[in-house]
Amino acid sequence: MANDPIHQFQISKIFPFELNGYDLSFTNSSLFMVATVCAATGFLYWATAGSKLVPGRAQSVAEMSYEFVANTLRDAAGNSGMKFFPLVFSLFMFVLFANLFGMFPYFFTVTSHIIVTFALAMLVIGTVVIYGFWKHGLKFLGLFVPEGVPGVLMPLVVMIEVISFLSRPISLSVRLFANMLAGHITLKVFAGFVASLGAMGAVGIGGAILPLAMTVALTGLEFLVAFLQAYVFAVLTCMYLNDALHPGH
Amino acid sequence: MPDNPDKSGPARVGDPNIGKPISEDELASISRSLEQRLDRKLELREAQERPRPDNTGMAAALRMSTDFVAAILVGAAIGFGIDKLVGTAPWGMIFFLMLGFCAGVLNVLRTAGRISDPHGKKPGPAVPAGDDEDED
Repeated sequence: MANDPIHQFQISKIFPFELNGYDLSFTNSSLFMVATVCAATGFLYWATAGSKLVPGRAQSVAEMSYEFVANTLRDAAGNSGMKFFPLVFSLFMFVLFANLFGMFPYFFTVTSHIIVTFALAMLVIGTVVIYGFWKHGLKFLGLFVPEGVPGVLMPLVVMIEVISFLSRPISLSVRLFANMLAGHITLKVFAGFVASLGAMGAVGIGGAILPLAMTVALTGLEFLVAFLQAYVFAVLTCMYLNDALHPGH
Repeated sequence: MPDNPDKSGPARVGDPNIGKPISEDELASISRSLEQRLDRKLELREAQERPRPDNTGMAAALRMSTDFVAAILVGAAIGFGIDKLVGTAPWGMIFFLMLGFCAGVLNVLRTAGRISDPHGKKPGPAVPAGDDEDED
């Protein structure tokens, strides 16, 4: 059905491939992930290839995105956090390009699948945990022990802190996934109203103006959300990395 | 230089006061007005820098809602898992659901507090580090 708002999230196999009973097919999702990486890398290479002292438009955008992420990271995690810059910048560019790719009609939105965003979030949290333990050893667990708590309350507070920590990858992934999913469904539903109302004759065409206006407005909002979510993902990554760098504060 | 309405310095008699030596009074008033202008500029710059585009309202709202729900979900999952493993039918779920709720409120408060406190310090009552605590 053409008007099915969920249809756009369906995964279809392009090159079926099975290994040891595991389905490792190359799907449309994989295709768009590859396209996202290629587009992000290609754009940055192209924009900075003939770099000049006075940047042109493309070089300016590339430099702005670099400085944007660098400042965010420096603000959140200090200068010592800059060793994670490649990770944060890659994540930011990947999420941003994936979100913006989703704004093309008939394109697949990679970030509207929770398994993708959850994998990204686990990458971040895994980095935090591994780096934290590698750098600080058991002191990293001090993250869960706030200062100045009376001894009686300590076990309760530590449990709450642990739950709060464990909720991070979930909130990180759910936020991005839910925003992209809900936005695209809303957009599709309102656009579907235009088509189905328009089929109802003169009155319907008059009434279809309202959802059409809504669709235009939502498209603008979706572009905002696409950028905002990439930004939020990067900011929170920086904050969590800060915990790995300075667990005791 | 704009005319300063100061207490009639002897050097401010006529217009051509270029060659004349500047009196102490005038020097003081000049330095005062310069300082004032500098302060105003500094304040302006600080005011421009302070509200960093760190958190637009929408980003904060989106963050807080998911932060809250995610903690409850994690608490429920832990409680459910413990119930399954140990067989303490509803109690683990109840206990950890409540803890999850606490963690959710903590998440939201922390997110809200970070806006006013950019140093990554945990907001809350500024309790000095306990001396009897094991400090690592």
